[in-house]
Amino acid sequence: MSAKVPGGGMPVTALVPAPAQSSARLPSADVASNDRRRRRQSRLGRAAAWAVMILLMLVTLFPFYWMLRTSLSTNGALAANSSNLLPAEFSVNGWKRVFGLATPEEALADGGSGASLNFWIYLRNSLVVATVTTVVQTFFSALAAYAFARLRWPGRDAVFFLFLTALMVPPIFTILPNFILIRDLGLLNTYLGIVLPGLLMAPFSVFFLRQFFLGIPRELEEAAKLDGAGYPRVFFRIIVPMSVAPISTLAILTYIGSWNDYFWPLLVGKAENVRVLTVALGVFRSQTPQSSPDWAGLMAATFVSAVPILILFAVLGRRVINSIGFTGLK
Amino acid sequence: MTHTVAPPSVAARGSRRFAMRRETRAALLFVAPAALGFSVFTLLPAIRGVYYSFTDFDVFQPAKLIGTGNYERLFADAVFWNALKVTLEYVVINIGFQTVFALGVAVLMHRLTQSMLVRGIILAPYLIANVVVALVWFWILDYQIGIGNEFLAWLGVGRQPFFGDQNLAIPTIAMVNVWRYLGYTALLLFAGLQTIPKELYEAAAIDGASEWKMFWRVTMPLLRPVLALVLIVSIIGSFQTFDTVAVTTQGGPVNATRVIYYYIYDLAFNRYDFGYASAMSVALFVLLAGVSLLQLRMTRANQSDLS
Repeated sequence: MSAKVPGGGMPVTALVPAPAQSSARLPSADVASNDRRRRRQSRLGRAAAWAVMILLMLVTLFPFYWMLRTSLSTNGALAANSSNLLPAEFSVNGWKRVFGLATPEEALADGGSGASLNFWIYLRNSLVVATVTTVVQTFFSALAAYAFARLRWPGRDAVFFLFLTALMVPPIFTILPNFILIRDLGLLNTYLGIVLPGLLMAPFSVFFLRQFFLGIPRELEEAAKLDGAGYPRVFFRIIVPMSVAPISTLAILTYIGSWNDYFWPLLVGKAENVRVLTVALGVFRSQTPQSSPDWAGLMAATFVSAVPILILFAVLGRRVINSIGFTGLK
Repeated sequence: MTHTVAPPSVAARGSRRFAMRRETRAALLFVAPAALGFSVFTLLPAIRGVYYSFTDFDVFQPAKLIGTGNYERLFADAVFWNALKVTLEYVVINIGFQTVFALGVAVLMHRLTQSMLVRGIILAPYLIANVVVALVWFWILDYQIGIGNEFLAWLGVGRQPFFGDQNLAIPTIAMVNVWRYLGYTALLLFAGLQTIPKELYEAAAIDGASEWKMFWRVTMPLLRPVLALVLIVSIIGSFQTFDTVAVTTQGGPVNATRVIYYYIYDLAFNRYDFGYASAMSVALFVLLAGVSLLQLRMTRANQSDLS
């Protein structure tokens, strides 16, 4: 009908009853006035809708700001300035405590528990666990996904179906026996114990990659095979390079999931030298005195745990966002 | 090789069989690590879990078979039924608000903007660990000096004990997780909305349908399959809430937030009652399987009105 105008609203000409040639949709004067009313209404509606969206974004962002604001305050001043939106008595002592840079006396004076904290170690542990899990799990899942998507072998569909049913099993169902297994293997409080159950595959990853591999044109593979390439060569030289986007999307999702995991590392990795950030936060929270919690330190610690993921998101966010529709529904 | 026209000679058939065997061998190599991981850490543990559920097992001594004792105990355990009730209450509040809000946000975004920035912002809470989210809200809702309670006091509503109150604790935890999952759920529904052909809205507008009518007559029927899947996935997730409870209330006050996942954890790892905990996780599994079957039936998730 009419070309879209960048500003949003319809061009003025659309309001003027068109000459008879567009008789199929002849807008009568009545419809035109109706139109005008609706447009005014819809402009109001749009403004209201934007107001709701902006409010939503504020509610979404506020807790992040509040983490930062609290972490840069002192515990003593927090109580007296509880409704002040700026840091109460700006100080980086909360951060110092979290990274073990304050002496126990200083920490106690600032309202900390005096217990030694060293979030560098937990940060390192989270990095190790999430990185190893992501790299190894994605690699082996991709290998399996290729066999399911492209190769013909007896029992393929049955095995794939079995893998899929694992998606429906609540994790706790396998976590209890796995804990016993890891304990019997003597792997409690080791990196290996934390990463082992998810190291060789994740049903979701296999499923996710298989979907993409199915979409790659077969002709490319056939051509490579005629040139005498074996299956590994086809996989590494054709399939993987053509699937960089979905593989990296999956890797990001796996990394975030692994970074945020709490239940399993809580069970098998409580010891300080392998304790990941989420577990460390839980320990910190239970150590801080009930009567006067070390909020500044606790918020500095939560911020430390959240920031790496937020950075990852800021850099690769588009990929994560675009993956959402697919991951949840297919 | 479906395009071979000439009937294959004996030699060709032999070489094809050889190629097939080669393909099978390659496939088995490719799938072997994943199959090993699946067998050792999913399949066998699932079987062992069922076995443990028929035993008395305190983790330190070998498991002793005791028949259906754990299941009989389960039916008589008031704490279990309470945990089930608390979990259900959590699921209803969590899923109810989350779905309605997310639907609203998805429709708003669909009509207003495709902006990646907006989508990124509303997704942000989903990327942060549950533990972090729980602690931040624990602080915001602190009775004395939390900014949330300051705000309520300023509004004249009065301070609320949130996590510390028997009646408020579960709704509070449910709403904290609504905050975390709202953007994610909205983006899932938003992806579903984008599959609805624009012409349908244009046609409805020409017929003079209001926004409200369009929502109920066009959006809802066509979004139904997506909505059903989102509901199944989020309800199953919601039944398994643990992290928030573990770092804030730890099941309290009294048993007000002792959700089923936390109860199982508590039984297994604080009271070393592994057999009983296993029986309860079998019960949870059966419950969840039932829920998803029922939902699939009721919502006819696999059919779209579009076709």
